[in-house]
Amino acid sequence: MSAPSATGSGGPTGPAVPLATETPKAKMSKRQKAKLSRGIQYAILIIIAILLVLFADWPKLIDAFGRVDIAAGMFPEVITMALKNTVIYTFLGFALGLAIALVVALMRLSSVGVYRWLATIYIEFFRGLPALVVFLVMGFGLPVAFDNFNLPQLVIIMIALGLVSSAYMAETIRAGIQAVPKGQVEAARSLGMSSSRAMFTIVLPQAMRIILPPLTNELILLAKDSSLAYILGSSVDGRELAALGRAEIVNTANLTPFIVIALAYLIITIPLSYLSRVLERKYGSADSGVK
Amino acid sequence: MNVPTTSASTSTPIIAIRNLQKSFGENRVLTDISLDVDKGEVVCVIGPSGSGKSTMLRCINTLETPTGGSVVVDGMDMTDLDLDIDAARTRIGMVFQSFNLFAHLTVRENLTIAQTKVLRRSKAEANRAAEANLAKVGLSEKMDAKPGSLSGGQQQRVAIARALSMDPDVMLFDEPTSALDPETVGDVLQVMRNLAEAGMTMVVVTHEMEFARQVADRVLFMDGGVVVEAGPAKEVIGNPQEQRTKDFLSRVLNPGQLG
Repeated sequence: MSAPSATGSGGPTGPAVPLATETPKAKMSKRQKAKLSRGIQYAILIIIAILLVLFADWPKLIDAFGRVDIAAGMFPEVITMALKNTVIYTFLGFALGLAIALVVALMRLSSVGVYRWLATIYIEFFRGLPALVVFLVMGFGLPVAFDNFNLPQLVIIMIALGLVSSAYMAETIRAGIQAVPKGQVEAARSLGMSSSRAMFTIVLPQAMRIILPPLTNELILLAKDSSLAYILGSSVDGRELAALGRAEIVNTANLTPFIVIALAYLIITIPLSYLSRVLERKYGSADSGVK
Repeated sequence: MNVPTTSASTSTPIIAIRNLQKSFGENRVLTDISLDVDKGEVVCVIGPSGSGKSTMLRCINTLETPTGGSVVVDGMDMTDLDLDIDAARTRIGMVFQSFNLFAHLTVRENLTIAQTKVLRRSKAEANRAAEANLAKVGLSEKMDAKPGSLSGGQQQRVAIARALSMDPDVMLFDEPTSALDPETVGDVLQVMRNLAEAGMTMVVVTHEMEFARQVADRVLFMDGGVVVEAGPAKEVIGNPQEQRTKDFLSRVLNPGQLG
């Protein structure tokens, strides 16, 4: 990890620190100062590494988190069931969230005041709630409140994740729609398109390129939020990564399963964040294509 | 305001604007505009910026909703709330200052999308119209290009072809050359000239005095939300009667000289 050297020093061309130039001692050139700053940062890194190696109780650590036999025992369920369920929950929640978000975003931009108002309330409400609370209400609150609220676990998880993600995505979609130049709608209307046709055939496809990278980020957040499904409890084959990890920790009285499921989450999230970066590079600079 | 804005012809005008008013909140942009345009006529609207000429043009296809008066195009009362405004707009082509080509679509798709989705033409039929109109503006080889790869002048010619592909009865031009590099203005004006010669009814808001003088049947000079002077192009531009028209023309025609 050489990240600190890139962020902290400001580089050889970075602005000089004003304090340093005022003190008479500061006779170093910018290049020398940058070198010194980099040196200090590396030194800190090395000291921390040495302290870790010397003082951490490695045998104990490995015994608690790195038991290969326990890790091996989690296969293949961790992939064939838990990872698969996490992916299913994430995508179902995302699909529902996207559908709600599109409706809310269009309401937000509606010429009808009441729609705008409702959409704003919805967004502020769900953006302000912790995902955990949404899961608890969906899973335990509503079944108590309504006797016949008896949805399958999968649907409850999907709705909870959909609600959690929709508020953010609605704002993203709204911003994307508003970034499309107004002249595009005017041209479409002047050709006889209705306002909704103009929205769906002209504006939204162009908004997509602005919306896609942040939506991919939302998908990553949602993959992680899907771990909250474990608090609802589940049938054995409905377990996603977090639920399986918890069960295995109880079974084995060891923390190694944490490491395994952490790695499994990374299998989902790292390709997604790579995708997000690719999309950003592809669409980021091409605003509307109009010169 | 007894400016004669109607032409001498006795046939029913294809565009009939009566006492048109438009305000944005407190701001009165159009005070009282009346204008008749006959079929096949080319009317150029000139005037300083902020005089309301673009707003007047945008009221014809109700991209701006008039706050008073009436606009009748081809027998359709554009201010009538019961009118199918989308159907009415298919008969009024519009060309914008900033082209407004659909950036995510190819030239072909730009030219065919409204034909197939709004006019319900078949793909083949829409393609035929697109090819014919793109040839008319001299850009047949750009059929499958994306708008972003074209120059401003090319984009504007594609925009004209897009409007023509709907087979409109009337074409509105809102400062079509104002956003162009000088060297591409000529191509766009030539396309408009051809269109005028082919008998298209055109209302053109423009700063191109030479184009107005040569191509327009009539010229309207607007200032402060009213039509100050109107008449045959050669008279309004060559021999203006109103002081405001004279001042404007001397500024536009001799930009180097101080008033």
